Amino acid sequence: MSYIKPQFKHPRLQVNDLGLTHRDYEGALSTLCAGCGHDSITSAVAQACAELSLPPHKIAKLSGIGCSSKAPTYFLNNAHGFNTVHGRMPSVATGANMANRDLIYLGMSGDGDSASIGFGQFAHVVRRRLNMLYMVANNGVYGLTKGQLAATAEQGMKSKSGEASLFTDIDLCVSALQFGATFVARSFSGDKSQLVPLIKAAISHKGFAFIDIISPCVTFNNNPDSNRSYDYVHDHITTAAVADFVPVKQEIRCENGQSDSEDICLHDGSILRLSRIDADYDAHDRIKAMTKIEQHKAEGKILTGLMYIDPEADDYHEINGTSDAPLNSLKQETLCPGSHVLKTINESFR
Amino acid sequence: MTLFQSINEFVVRFANTNGTGSASANNMFAKAIMRMGLPVSAKNIFPSNIQGMPTWFEVRISEKGFLGRRDGAPELVVAMNAQSIEEDIQSVQPGGFLLYDSSRILPQRLMRKEINFLGMPISDICRTEYSDPRQRQLFKNVIYVGALAALLDIDFQVLKDLVSDQFKGKDKLIRPNIYALELGFEFANKQFSCPLPICVERRDLIGDRILVDGNTASGLGAVYGGATVVGWYPITPSTSVIEKFASYCQRLRIDPANGQKNYAIVQAEDELSAIGIAMGGGWNGARAFTATSGPGISLMTEFLGLAYFAEIPLVLMNVQRAGPSTGMPTRTQQSDMLTCAYASHGDSKQILLIPSTPKECFDFSAQAFDLADRLQTPIIVMTDLDMGMNFHLSEPFGWDDKHEYDLGKVLDADDLEKASDFGRYLDVDGDGVCYRTLPGTHPNKGAFFTRGTSHNEYAAYTEKGEDYIKNMERLEHKFATGVKRLPAPEITINSKAKRVGLVYYGSTDEAIPEAVSLLSEQGVKVNTLRIRAFPFNPQVASFIREHDSVFVVEQNRDGQVKKLLCNELTIDPASMCAVLHYDGLAITGQFIAESVQTELSVQTDKAAG
Repeated sequence: MSYIKPQFKHPRLQVNDLGLTHRDYEGALSTLCAGCGHDSITSAVAQACAELSLPPHKIAKLSGIGCSSKAPTYFLNNAHGFNTVHGRMPSVATGANMANRDLIYLGMSGDGDSASIGFGQFAHVVRRRLNMLYMVANNGVYGLTKGQLAATAEQGMKSKSGEASLFTDIDLCVSALQFGATFVARSFSGDKSQLVPLIKAAISHKGFAFIDIISPCVTFNNNPDSNRSYDYVHDHITTAAVADFVPVKQEIRCENGQSDSEDICLHDGSILRLSRIDADYDAHDRIKAMTKIEQHKAEGKILTGLMYIDPEADDYHEINGTSDAPLNSLKQETLCPGSHVLKTINESFR
Repeated sequence: MTLFQSINEFVVRFANTNGTGSASANNMFAKAIMRMGLPVSAKNIFPSNIQGMPTWFEVRISEKGFLGRRDGAPELVVAMNAQSIEEDIQSVQPGGFLLYDSSRILPQRLMRKEINFLGMPISDICRTEYSDPRQRQLFKNVIYVGALAALLDIDFQVLKDLVSDQFKGKDKLIRPNIYALELGFEFANKQFSCPLPICVERRDLIGDRILVDGNTASGLGAVYGGATVVGWYPITPSTSVIEKFASYCQRLRIDPANGQKNYAIVQAEDELSAIGIAMGGGWNGARAFTATSGPGISLMTEFLGLAYFAEIPLVLMNVQRAGPSTGMPTRTQQSDMLTCAYASHGDSKQILLIPSTPKECFDFSAQAFDLADRLQTPIIVMTDLDMGMNFHLSEPFGWDDKHEYDLGKVLDADDLEKASDFGRYLDVDGDGVCYRTLPGTHPNKGAFFTRGTSHNEYAAYTEKGEDYIKNMERLEHKFATGVKRLPAPEITINSKAKRVGLVYYGSTDEAIPEAVSLLSEQGVKVNTLRIRAFPFNPQVASFIREHDSVFVVEQNRDGQVKKLLCNELTIDPASMCAVLHYDGLAITGQFIAESVQTELSVQTDKAAG
């Protein structure tokens, strides 16, 4: 294994609209275990951002603590990053977003981070409709502390050490739907063809977008008894609709109008094209989405893909009526009322 | 019976039921005293409850300017709560007066010979005058204020003007309120011999001072300091800091062109999140703050460590209340000093600003944002319930229009173009404060990873001992160079002999003039030093060393700042005495003077023995 990332860029590497290659969206060399699902997520995020032609420095990447939360180091070197404290990324992301509504906020979290220590923060950042993409790399175990079961591990699941999960699991997609997320998806780190379009659509979505990404832990939870192993997930995964992302500039072909396909116009003008596999699939029905997830689970299957979207959703700033100019750009003359106003205020206390 | 007599030097205690709207009438009374040109302070003694429990409001009128809480019984009690009447009757000073609602006859067993009962059938008056039950309740309060005007010889025009000022814009309310005042005024004039032997005489002792609570001042200071991002969670007694910030923002921070808000206030799910929001805002270049009390501080401690170590500016206003745990939520104390000074696990330290008056709450609150940006660390403004929620006579708020916000060391895109090298934690200037960049500044320069794990000068994760120590020592150095930017102590020298020195801080200030005067009457001349910030200014150590006997006056059990002084300034603990008041009510001048005198006489005995 190499410890130094080569700086060399092939002169004929494909460039995007900003003249950047995929190398410009990479991060530091990963220190995660070889084969870790999280590294695939990293590369999917980089690919999505490159293909969307996002200026990397206009993205802020935030995380909590854990293996998943290390991941932002491994993508988007030219974006500012913030490894906060365990389970508290949502509040820091909220404050950052309040300060500058113009940046794109990518939150990276794990199952311990979001479903246990930070479950409260997760619930409330969803509720407050923060405009961000929140990703959970979900492997059902605590990696950094060597393999304890997480709250997302299904009851009865056995980790590598043979310890069985005794209690009901928390399904973060169902939780996100209940808390009012306006974009909810589940994907698999081993299926980039599904994950990349979902990340692109989630970034283009305005309001809170959530993707729960099953990301097997090769070291502590890839054993035959686990339902988070690569093999198990491959064998049990299913989807109700295939999502494709059509960027703004691309001419839209007339595939819509077909009964098994739907085009959803996203906030920035791009299109999310859904091709139904399950005839009963409805991306606009929140209650049905929750039911479908639970039904599949009861049948021992893992439902993936876009669960729910509200393309008309508003975000915190619209509800708050925050100024269009980012708050961190406002100057003293706008913020400070000056001494003359103080005269009237003093008078009210006499 | 002897009647207590005093002009301009007495205490009036109002006994009310909480949730009945008495607070605004009582405030009106306090303001009327101020408009009579007399020094006044007003303290609310209230339960942790919404409706139906007894609450007291104590107004001290003092021509001498002694405005701390006073020990001993009040000269006049306005007893409007049937629930606490027995206790209220007992609380009146012999020779003093009790104004009570005589709509129901008082049981004979409650009568005291040595006090004067002034019965006024307020409930009956209200039943006759008003049909709406809510009005009957509200105007009761206004009626007794009218009666007090007659009893205490307050110029009735002063009250009329106050009502007009208070209801400016809601003119419909002016006439009924003045009518209610007149009802009380006329009744008292007819039924009692007015004025009482305790009464007020007009003076001109106020100057341009204002009567205001510290939380209003802190909230307003944050508006002037340029705060735009707030995360908060409701908790007594800090809630009104945010409420006042919000109401001033409504008035002063809405863009008139489009109605958009130049601020964002997020009510969080808990205090962990509240400070996380402030931290995210500070990281991203906004001026951000949160406010909390006791239990909230415990929860915020985790993030304070991250902000110290990752060097993120934010402002935290801690309105202290009686602990530990939930403690006495509506009682005052200064008992978070140690927790805040060393907040968070590991070797960490925080900067504290400790205001003593509403004017200083305003100044320190605004200044905290400059200091946070300059020193890239949390600034904790330490007030308490007494400072925050009670009304204090204060110098007026002032703002220097020439003052420019100090945004500290932040590199923009041009700076980054010119810079040969950027390391987030590189001490370029040798003052321990490094340059930071904000997200979104430059396409390929200046990005870095902020982390609570150990980092080297280029913000990269490191477990190398030498990198870790270098960073920790730089943080120490940053605090050492930062001290000179913090407010210096306020020293008053009354005696060049420097025998006795009082060291104190925060809301205790209100009780100090009386303590100094009482001691002086006993022939003890004391010098005083008021601490205004932590880490301590070098003058604090000099003052302590120069005095023979040093008393550290605090409102907590453990002598927290005394311990901090010993620890930080390597002072022998035995060289200082602690004067500690912590029953939840504000400290008094008498308590301080008596404690000092007792200790001094012990010292004299020892020397003689």
